[in-house]
This record gives sequence, structure tokens and C-alpha cells, in this order.
Amino acid sequence: MNKTLLIIKREYFSRVKKKSFLIMTFLVPMLIIGMYALIFALSMNGGDNIPTVEVIDESGIFERAFDDKKAVNFEISELSLTEAKKKVINNEDAFVLYIPKNISTGGSIEMFAQKKAGLSVISSIERQLNDQMRIKLLKDAGIDSETLDKIKPNLSVVSKELTIEGEKDSSSGAAMAVGFAAAILIYMSLFIYGIQVMRGIIEEKTSRIVEVVISSVKPFQLMMGKIIGIGLVGLTQFMLWIVLSASLMTVATTILFKDKVEQVKSEMPMGKQVEAVATNGPGMDIVKAVQTVQWTYILPVFIIFFFGGYMLYSALFAAVGSAVESDTETQQFMLPITLPLLFTYIMSFSFIVNNPDSSLSFWLSIIPFTSPIAMMVRLPFGVPNWELALSIFLLIGGFIFTTWVASRIYRVGILMYGKKVSFKELGKWFMYKE
Amino acid sequence: MLSIRNIVKQYANHRALDNVSIEVEKGSIFGLLGPNGAGKTSLIRIINQITAPDHGEIFLNGEKLNPSHVSTIGYLPEERGLYKKMEIGEQMLYLAQLKGLSKSDATARIKFWFQKMEIQSWWNKKVEDLSKGMQQKVQFIATVVHDPKLIILDEPFSGFDPVNAQLITNEILELNSKGATIIFSTHRMESVEQLCDSIALIHKSKKILDGKVKDIRNLYRNNSYRIAFTGKLNTPTNQMFSINNEKIEDGITHLTILIDPKFSVNDLLNFLIPQVQITELSEIIPSMNDIFIQNVKN
Repeated sequence: MNKTLLIIKREYFSRVKKKSFLIMTFLVPMLIIGMYALIFALSMNGGDNIPTVEVIDESGIFERAFDDKKAVNFEISELSLTEAKKKVINNEDAFVLYIPKNISTGGSIEMFAQKKAGLSVISSIERQLNDQMRIKLLKDAGIDSETLDKIKPNLSVVSKELTIEGEKDSSSGAAMAVGFAAAILIYMSLFIYGIQVMRGIIEEKTSRIVEVVISSVKPFQLMMGKIIGIGLVGLTQFMLWIVLSASLMTVATTILFKDKVEQVKSEMPMGKQVEAVATNGPGMDIVKAVQTVQWTYILPVFIIFFFGGYMLYSALFAAVGSAVESDTETQQFMLPITLPLLFTYIMSFSFIVNNPDSSLSFWLSIIPFTSPIAMMVRLPFGVPNWELALSIFLLIGGFIFTTWVASRIYRVGILMYGKKVSFKELGKWFMYKE
Repeated sequence: MLSIRNIVKQYANHRALDNVSIEVEKGSIFGLLGPNGAGKTSLIRIINQITAPDHGEIFLNGEKLNPSHVSTIGYLPEERGLYKKMEIGEQMLYLAQLKGLSKSDATARIKFWFQKMEIQSWWNKKVEDLSKGMQQKVQFIATVVHDPKLIILDEPFSGFDPVNAQLITNEILELNSKGATIIFSTHRMESVEQLCDSIALIHKSKKILDGKVKDIRNLYRNNSYRIAFTGKLNTPTNQMFSINNEKIEDGITHLTILIDPKFSVNDLLNFLIPQVQITELSEIIPSMNDIFIQNVKN
């Protein structure tokens, strides 16, 4: 046990001390924050250059239409169509919107520009045109504008979660996003760290250090030491990401909404500041939503499923690593490992999301080979505790099983050189006695 | 010291070791000989508890081989290997600790060996920055750093230049004189004669010969002699000897002869003295190389 600890320590520190680990540790939170910043910036400024649209309205219906100038800047033009076309041909951000006289009787509206208009511009124009047209048609049908204003509904759904303590705000969007992110993160890290295990074993095998080491420790100790050591590297990385992202986020929000912060600083205790800003600031729905996610529930579950899934798959990666002598030979053995992962990944985002409580989703989140990803996607929709417990229990059983299988292949594989290995051969190794 | 009894190791479709028994005396230097693929490495792996035999037992100092013996054995595998990207000092420390040394003990011993091999300045170097010969030195230290009572060296001289080979030979002899038992596996016979007290020859999974080097060579004596002389020699009429090889250099005749068992060396001298001026007469004791080849060929 003492020696396994030594191996874990070596595997852990030799990786944590690497430059690439440091770079990844800082780069990823920066990217996350960068993405947030971008979303903030976009939601606050409404994007980059606001295009100008020259409107030539021959029908006269839309005279007072284009008053919403958030995304597009409309200008009613006095020019003729040909003149307007000439004007925009040299200007990237200019458009000409041509509404013909016969619009009520089926004529089509056309837009001219040097380059194709963006989706948001088109939809903004379409929405406003349709609104205006609807008003005109309603008026034509005998409803006056006063009545129209009165019957303009403004509904939105507020999602509340029922818990024993009472109702609380929840943003299913944010919870889902976190679930997805967790699923993607697990999917990716199973590969990233699993392949690190595999590479490490190939390195030990090809550099022949393995024979020296296993004259001191059991092959199983070496394999487990490596798997656990690298797993801890993964956990360390996640922890650092979470801590760094959280603190960077706090700093970023503080800077972005500095004026608001100044305002509340004197009245609010430190912890409440961000929240206060969040409720006041523009485009703060995201921050607000992020705060409704039950981090204390999702994080531990995430860690359990990451580590369980990692242990299960990395044992298989270890078996593959022991059987080959170079990365290129791994291909044929990788398929059975990647297939269940890929399958779950695809199912998660096409099926489980839409049917989180269907029996297929249930089974995917229970079976150890698929549960680490599937469970993360189901989690935001509410998973009964017994299902969670069963899934974790089976996951632990699953990794004990794969570790056992892998260690039997590993102990033979690491001493086998210059042999082209097939699945049949692996089976034979598995059957060998001590 | 080491008693190997009736070891059988069966792989899927071939038997690597077939009922092999070997005794290695305490304090001896023992040569494990055999052509490639004979089963030497399989046997060494079993002694190191890397693999287990299908049949048979091994006793170390009268105790059945068990995991606690790991710390008393030092092993230098034929295929050398170290972590390429790890610093040497740190790596030695790791390997020594895996053998059961405490960190402080390990540090002290490594420093001692680094000093002895004059490589103190290498502590922070990475293995990949060293030449092959330098790596071998480091690996040798890794083998002996925990002061093992039994040292197993698989082809220890491969990859060494003559200077370093001599250095390692001296280290091996010194360790031996301090009481360590040394087993080395090789097919370089000159080193066997130079170093080994006893040998075992393994061929096609079976032990076909073992014993003290001196005894074995005596056993293989076949009345072969080398003589050199000046003058003219008549062929003996009584078929006292037959000539295997004849060579004349600077007026001196060199002969390799086989004396008929009915005659003695004195008979030969009596025959030679009246005819020629003898400059050399010596018995040809077969080298281990000859014995090796002879055995493997049969």
C-alpha cells in the first residue's frame, strides 16, 4: 500500500509540475470568463455595427413601421430603387429594403445589399413588417388602435421548483446548461485522462522501465497507482478551474458593473454585492440564473460520476496501453471503448434531453458504461435519490469489474514485446494463471 | 543462498522452462548461460517475482520466495529503461523507495553512489539528456542502491564501452567481496571465465550443464596440447598423437595435437626432445565458449 502511494505521488507530481498543466489550468477559466464577457458585451451593446437599411416603401403601409431600432437602423428613403442600389453597392453595412406597391395582393419584399444580410437583421425586419401588417389588417377589419393596445398580451413563464422548504426560483435553462456542460466535461475528460493513462503505460513499456518497477511492486499496484494518480490530476484541474473561474467571474462582474457596485458597496455586506448587482444590472439574467443552480448538489454528483467513470474507462485504457507498443497500434482496441461513450454522448443531446424520464434515459443513466454522461444530462430535470444511489453503486461495481479485467491483461501485456496483438490474444492473457 | 527447484513455466504454446533446478552458493558469482530464447529471462523474472512459475519452488536463504524478498534482490534487466523525462536524482530516489528504503536512507545511498561513480553533477539532469553509456551507469546504481544481498544482472556489459565495462566489473567484484551473491546472465563467454565461480547452461528450456567453471572445463579436457618448436619433426609411427593444426611462423612450428589416451605428456616429451628444440608446450583446456558451442550444437 505504501508503495502504491509512492507511485500515485510520482504520477501526480510529475504531471502537475508540467508546464502544460499550468497553462491548461489558467487558460480554461480565462476562456470561460471570455465567453461570459462576450455574452455580456453582446447583450449590452446589441452586437457590432448596426446596419442601416434604406426603406423604399411604395405601398405606403409601413410608413410608421420601423421604430424598433435596436438591431437595425431604418431610414425611410426618398430615393428611387436604382439610385438606392447604387448607394449601397459600396457600403458593407447598408441595405435597401424594397416594398412594392402590390404588397397586399401578393407582391414580394426584396432586400438588396453588397453582401447577404445576417439572420438577426432579416428576422428583425420580418417581425416588424408582420406586426405592422397585422395591425393594418386588424384595423381594416374594424378594430381601432386603442382596442389593439389594450389586448396586447405580454406573457412569460416563470419556472418555480417545488421543494420541501417551499417554492423557489429556478432557471431550468441554467440548470440544463450546467448539466450539459458537466456531461461534456466528463465526456472529454474521460478521453483526455484515459488517454494519459494509456500513454503513460505505453511509455513505461517501451522505455522498459516497467521491468525494473515490477521487480519491486506488483503490476496491479503500478496500474492502480497510475490510474489514481492521473485521476487526482484531473480532480485537481477541475477544482482549480472552478475556484479560478468563480473568482475571476466575481472580479469580472465587479469591473463590468463598477458604477452599480460603488452604489451598493456601503449598504451591502461583501457576499451580497454580486447578487445585488445581478438584480439591478442590465443583461444580468445569466448571473442570476447561474445563482439559482444548486451547486452544492451538482458539484459532488459531478465529482462522483467523473471519478467513477474515469476509473472505469481508464482501466480499459490501461489494458489497451499494456497490449501495444505505440500510439498507432491502439486504434483497433479503441473502438469498443469509444463506442459506448460516443453513443451516450449522442443520445444525451438528441434523446435524453427531450425525454429525461423515459425508460431508455433511465437505463442509460444506470448502466455504468453510460451513466457518467447520461446522469449528468438527466440531473437538472430531477432524479430520484434511489436512482442516483443505484447508479453510483453500479458504477463502483463497474469499475471494480473493469479494473479486475484490465489488471489481468495488463500483467501479461506489459512484458510482451514485438508481438502483434489481437482481441483473441487479449482473451488468452486474461485467462492466464498467475 | 538461492535454491531453484524443479521450475516449470508454460506459455500458451511453448514451455519456457522445463524442470529447471539450480543451486547458487552464497557469496559466489554465478553465470546463467544459454543462447537467446533459452529461457534465461523467464527464469530471472521468476526469481524477481515478476511472474510466477507453474510448478516448482524457489528458496532464498532457506525461506520460500515471498514479496518481502524484493528488498534483498537487485535486478538489472537486459532491456534497460528509465523514465526519460524524469530527473535522475528524483528517479533514483523513487526506485530506491520502491525497493523499501526510507527517503533519507535512499538519499544518502544515492549520494554515495553518485560520488563513487563521479556523477554528482547529474542529479538534476534528465535521462533523455544522457548518452547511452551514462544511462547504463545510472541504471546500475538503481540496481544496487538498496544494498541487495542478491544481485541479478542480465547482460550487464552490453552497451558499455571498455572503460565503463571495466568500471562496472570492478564494482561487481567489490560488491561480491562484501558478501553479495551475484547472478549474471550472458552469452559473452570471456566475461564468464573472468568472473564466474559457477555456471548453469540452459538450452531449449532445460538445464543441460552446471557446476564450478574449473570443474566443467576440466571435465571437457580432451588431451589437446599446443606445442611450438624449431627443427624437423618426424611423424610418430605408434600413433602417439594426431595433428589438428599446423602453422610455421619465423621458423617456429606451432602444432595443435591430440594425444592418444594410451600415452602421457612425458611420453610426448621423450619423443620430442631428441628431435627438436621445444619452445612451448601447454595443455589446451577448452574455453567456456567452446563448451558452450559444443553443448548447444549437440
